[in-house]
Amino acid sequence: MTPTTETDVAEAIASATGPVRIEGGGTRPIGKQVASDTLSVAALSGISLYEPGALTVVAKAGTPVAEIEETLAKENQRLAFEPMDHRDLLGTAGVPTIGGVVAGNVSGPRRIAVGACRDFMLGVRFVDGTGTILKNGGRVMKNVTGYDLVKLLTGAHGTLGVLTEVSLKVLPMPETSATLHVHDLSPLDAVAAMSGALGSPFEVTGAAYNGDVLLRVEGFEASVSYRLSELTKKLGHYGQISQTNDPEASAEIWQSIRDVQSLQAHGSDVWKLSVKPSSAPAVLEMIQAEQTLLDWGGGLIWAALPAGRDLRAQIKDVNGHATLVRASAETLAAIPAFHPETPVVAKIGAELRRKFDPRDILNRGLMA
Amino acid sequence: MEMPTPDPFVLAKKARVVARLRSVLPADAVISDDREVKAYECDALTAYKCPPMVAVLPSTTQEVSDVLRVCHEEGVPVVPRGSGTSLAGGALPTADCVILGVARMNDVLETNYPDRYIRVQTGRTNLSVTGAVEENDFFYAPDPSSQLACAIAGNIAMNSGGAHCLKYGVTTNNLMGVTMVMMDGEIVEIGGAHLDAGGLDLLGLICGSEGQLGVVTEATLRILHKPEGARPVLMAFNDNEVAGACVADIIKAGVLPVAIEFMDRLCIETTEAYAQAGYPDCHALLIVEVEGSDAEIDEQLSKITAIARKHDPVELRESKSAQESAAIWLGRKSAFGAIGQISDYMCLDGTIPVSSLPMVLKRIGELSDEYGLKVGNVFHAGDGNMHPLILYDANKDGDLELCEKMGADILRLCVEAGGCLTGEHGVGIEKRDLMFDQFTPQDLEAQMAVKDVFDPQWLLNPSKVFPLSASQSRRAPAIAAE
Ligand SMILES: Cc1cc2nc3c(=O)[nH]c(=O)nc-3n(C[C@H](O)[C@H](O)[C@H](O)COP(=O)(O)OP(=O)(O)OC[C@H]3O[C@@H](n4cnc5c(N)ncnc54)[C@H](O)[C@@H]3O)c2cc1C
Repeated sequence: MTPTTETDVAEAIASATGPVRIEGGGTRPIGKQVASDTLSVAALSGISLYEPGALTVVAKAGTPVAEIEETLAKENQRLAFEPMDHRDLLGTAGVPTIGGVVAGNVSGPRRIAVGACRDFMLGVRFVDGTGTILKNGGRVMKNVTGYDLVKLLTGAHGTLGVLTEVSLKVLPMPETSATLHVHDLSPLDAVAAMSGALGSPFEVTGAAYNGDVLLRVEGFEASVSYRLSELTKKLGHYGQISQTNDPEASAEIWQSIRDVQSLQAHGSDVWKLSVKPSSAPAVLEMIQAEQTLLDWGGGLIWAALPAGRDLRAQIKDVNGHATLVRASAETLAAIPAFHPETPVVAKIGAELRRKFDPRDILNRGLMA
Repeated sequence: MEMPTPDPFVLAKKARVVARLRSVLPADAVISDDREVKAYECDALTAYKCPPMVAVLPSTTQEVSDVLRVCHEEGVPVVPRGSGTSLAGGALPTADCVILGVARMNDVLETNYPDRYIRVQTGRTNLSVTGAVEENDFFYAPDPSSQLACAIAGNIAMNSGGAHCLKYGVTTNNLMGVTMVMMDGEIVEIGGAHLDAGGLDLLGLICGSEGQLGVVTEATLRILHKPEGARPVLMAFNDNEVAGACVADIIKAGVLPVAIEFMDRLCIETTEAYAQAGYPDCHALLIVEVEGSDAEIDEQLSKITAIARKHDPVELRESKSAQESAAIWLGRKSAFGAIGQISDYMCLDGTIPVSSLPMVLKRIGELSDEYGLKVGNVFHAGDGNMHPLILYDANKDGDLELCEKMGADILRLCVEAGGCLTGEHGVGIEKRDLMFDQFTPQDLEAQMAVKDVFDPQWLLNPSKVFPLSASQSRRAPAIAAE
């Protein structure tokens, strides 16, 4: 099914007789996939409203992310949460859509400084599991009118409703951007150095570790060079320091981190762990992965593991959660993609799904 | 404002409820004396008052759980309360309710600078969260003007904002985890010191749910290192529209100030008379603040003033020192107090798209003439969150009702302009009956279905947020079942 209007989506859902798999560009097949009809929202496409002076964009769910990014770039603005492109990591083809980004709460390195996709979400329109068209939030930056279903739908992976339109806050592009490298650090020193940088007033907008620590600074030219020199002073004792001052070269570095390029060729399974940054060095010890990448100052661990190894068993006592982002169907049958929840949270989640999708047809079992 | 009739069955068993509450709490934590409960009869929406049946002041999450278990078993409504500074009547009791105040729960449980978070009990005031980390040059970013008094509990329930949210976001963007007690007494942990809780974003759902889904007892909050410095520029214009256009141009130019505040003629004149801040004689005033090192501030301010100059300002006053900054902020910070000196007022909180600012201000002016009530405007212009202050006379018969009617018209105007009824104060009882102007019955049904999940009997703060007519069938069975 490829409906072209919101009303058609509603009708398609209302008349569905079994489970429906909801698809945007089909580039992020995360979680368990149950055999079902597919409903693609790709034909619900286009930017409905863009007001640069109000920092807001409204787009239909099937709008390609690239189209939004190009439109914003013309006004020197961007999606500040820097959504990752999953295609290379997951070996998928297709056109990533904004609906997919929102459904997965997909964010990139800048998340540590400015917040995740959910923090930029202003409003949603969606069709629930009964085929009812609903809206929540709006297009203004401050809105506490009623419950925040916008956040509930963001990251729900289509299990509560089919997103048809989303409103997002955008931010100005900085004049320039640069990267500071602190070379050859142990994980312990790396996390300490990143914490030092993120806990400084120098507005670091990316903090990653791949053997070297990488720190991004963005802003006006003079600010960037000032902050780079302050950070160099602050972190000099950790190791040798160098800089990438060319904004394009710097952007490439961060795109590669955003898309987890260093893990693409490694391992079979790829895990994503969310922990408090200071736990990261110990977690790396525990999991003994084939390849890792730390982002978000250590709060996000990407790990490539041999097929079928249950990483959760190894980090039982660590606070946080682990998502199995890339795995074979056999592995996913044995190890749930999403982190098991405490019984009370799982019960709330299940009851919410029952309210929004009483027939359990929307992406059935995907987050289970 | 209509409130549901108190449940006679609940009132009749007051003695039993009090006895049961006393059995789970220390003696001084249960307040049932008619005179003493009057201390909890209202929040900052003082036009509405109603003493609760009982007030309790637990000190631990376990005590909160015990209280809720008792109330759940007895079918008694519970209204959670932080510091009672809600402007929407969110903490207004009903005569048959137990007020559950978290004011005694104000401990700092953990501070962690490397991971940049603090964990507190939610009765702690907003300002004292920053107070706990200040010596290490850290701060908690959301800063409602009420921050000296308001509690983190209320901030979470209302998803409160502050002057600096243009850069740092509101409460929900700075909240990492909560411990919450559900109406049946069950304790649930959501989120924590790590980013992005797994599963559905329940944290995002709870923040801003106005005490209707659970009682939040502990919170993990993001803390940040203070900026090196901050300084504002004051810009005076002779036209609201021009000031509005200037705001849009600043934002488009790629400078992201921490705050853009707006004051109109009535507010400027009134605060001048009250605080003598030395503001220029003009019709619209903007205060734009930026952060960074001294040199960074200079650079940003020069970019901003260059934009402002294109809009033919009456005056531009760039702060060069802490004293000058304080002088620029003085009038803005005294605005509410100044208006309060000359009149009773009602503070609205609608948000509009920044682009509609001139149209909405003009229309508010027209409504002011139609109703014969003066309106002052002072608000966060960067994000379109307006605070029209309607002046009225509480001693004059019918004036409050007239004022409320005009307020409703202004809020409807905000919705028509593409905005919403409330940007940071919450719906409470105040905007409850306007919800149908913003939402379809189905939209509201979906929200009420969420409450059904957390609180199937609708005992937690039941008569708020949703129009009474809409929530009637859900609230009624509690009484009918007796
Ligand atoms: C002078 C003044 C200036 C203000 N300025 C601002 C401002 O700049 N920005 C802004 O956003 N607001 C502002 N406010 C409004 C108010 O301060 C905020 O809404 C604040 O967050 C309320 O906090 P409180 O602790 O006083 O909550 P209360 O008034 O006690 O309660 C508010 C709501 O929270 C619920 N609640 C309380 N505790 C809990 C809990 N433990 N668990 C679950 N729910 C709970 C209550 O039931 C109620 O619905 C202002 C108010 C005043 C009087």
